[in-house]
Amino acid sequence: MPEAAPLWAALVLPVALCLAAVAAAAFDAVLGGDARRGGPGVLAAATAPVREGLRLLAQQRRTTPSADVALGRIGLGLVPVAAVLAAAVVPWGGVSVADPVVGIVWFNAMEVLAWAAVWLAGWGPNSALSLIGGYRFLAQGLAYELPHMLALTIAGLGAESLRVSEVVGAQQGLWFVVWMPAAFAVYLLSAPAMSFWGPFGHPLGRDVAGGAAAEYSGVDRLLLLGGRWLLLVATAAFSVPLFLGGGQGPLLPGWAWTLLKTAAVLAALIVVRRMLPVLRMERYMEFAWMVLVPLALLQALFVAIVVLNR
Amino acid sequence: MPENTVFWVLAALAVGGGVMVFRFDSMARATYALLLSLLCVGGMVILLGLDYLGVVIVLMMTIEMAIMAVFMVMYMMNPAGLMPMSMQHNKKGAAVVCTGVFLLMASGIVLAPWPPRAGTADDDPTKALGESLMGPQMLTMMTLGFALFATIVATVLLATHRGRYDRLGDDLRARRADDPVPGGVGR
Amino acid sequence: MNLELFLLAAAALFGVGLFGALTQQSVVMLMMGLELMLGGVILAAAAVWHYIAPAATDGQVLVVLAVTVMAVEMAIGFAVVTALFRAREVDMTDEAGDLRA
Repeated sequence: MPEAAPLWAALVLPVALCLAAVAAAAFDAVLGGDARRGGPGVLAAATAPVREGLRLLAQQRRTTPSADVALGRIGLGLVPVAAVLAAAVVPWGGVSVADPVVGIVWFNAMEVLAWAAVWLAGWGPNSALSLIGGYRFLAQGLAYELPHMLALTIAGLGAESLRVSEVVGAQQGLWFVVWMPAAFAVYLLSAPAMSFWGPFGHPLGRDVAGGAAAEYSGVDRLLLLGGRWLLLVATAAFSVPLFLGGGQGPLLPGWAWTLLKTAAVLAALIVVRRMLPVLRMERYMEFAWMVLVPLALLQALFVAIVVLNR
Repeated sequence: MPENTVFWVLAALAVGGGVMVFRFDSMARATYALLLSLLCVGGMVILLGLDYLGVVIVLMMTIEMAIMAVFMVMYMMNPAGLMPMSMQHNKKGAAVVCTGVFLLMASGIVLAPWPPRAGTADDDPTKALGESLMGPQMLTMMTLGFALFATIVATVLLATHRGRYDRLGDDLRARRADDPVPGGVGR
Repeated sequence: MNLELFLLAAAALFGVGLFGALTQQSVVMLMMGLELMLGGVILAAAAVWHYIAPAATDGQVLVVLAVTVMAVEMAIGFAVVTALFRAREVDMTDEAGDLRA
């Protein structure tokens, strides 16, 4: 049983999440800088996300005629809020901000808020291109959500509990990734998908001039683009208690291991992202239904048999 | 009592959101007012001690309403809600009926001699629900499963305008299905 | 907080939903009314479970049932509207009177 985190942890969490997101974005920028010859130096690339964030903070807000400002702003605000709420159930070593009985379902529910958020953000400015982006994310959500839910279910099934701390506790000795590799792989695939980033960045694609983000500038844009880094960090961090044994490891304390593993997962996602093209959703949809769902179901069957014979 | 406050806020938002569904001119706003209302229902279910079901309601309703918004915008005549409009019929009669129904239910609720609480809740209501669905209520669960499966088949049948002859040719012998949108497995 | 308050909230939701289902001309809006009514049913079932029979799971099963009915209703409703719209480009109940049994 993990100890309950002190109240100030709820205030630290968003800050920590933001720092992690900035670090991840900096790493991505450094990799991107290396890819182009004659690109900026490492230092310039690493500080690029911070500079871009500050620039957006100072930038003027763009408005469009007959926009649905209220809905658009709700959507924009919901992206980072959903990420923080989802991250609240991630245990840091032995401590988590909240450890509800149904932690896994809670994570899933909060991360689905991003569906509504991106669509609302696309709807808000009353612009065709940004609405196309919103629609694309809904299609993407339909494609990734089912295998993703199955992957979450499999981890809960293996631990016989939906409480995240008990899922971590069940991995004493053997991490879930060892005997649930398919579930882990499916989860990793849906992590960038739910943060509409990298190969799943179609909703914000260049072919629709930035998609859901097309009409946003200033703080609005910062919320949307920063929010998706927050979502990515939150989902990467949640893979650690689900499949990678949480804070378990030799020598170092629990929180350090959580941090290290999260950083490793994030780094892997960021590196692999550069090798993959942007996916169109109808392609991923068929792949999800024809390959990922049966694979996850077989994995669930295997885990269920193991659990029954334990 | 913080719980009381939470209840009143959630109940007010749920009913208020429900009313706004039929008052907003914009379809997107109507859909998301409904989402707000149903999320508050989920919150109240959590307040009643059913954590799992409450969170599942939040999860399901968010997905449902996100998709509903697409259909709203697709089919309704003023998607953006730029002009006020009314798409109602028989408003007066409906108002009378609804007020009547509500008063009837309310008087029943207030006047009925509700039995006292029998027994205590299981420590883990989620587990109790699961064991009940996989045990005594297995028939319910199986019926739900079949109903959902039938729904999938029926929805696809109703919504698609292309049958297998369109996809695979008159003799069903085409090696590649002739789909307007190619999929990702390369069939 | 007591049973009556929860049930009154549920009845209010049901009433508002019924108003929507009776007045709306568009099938999609009509379904939103149905969703609200089912939301009321869910709330009532959960309240009765909590305040009257928490030892049994029947109230919870009823909630599961209502949630499933919501999903089925949405899916079939949209499929029917799509089929109807394909056939004659309408989505209004008044113009689909011949679907009357």
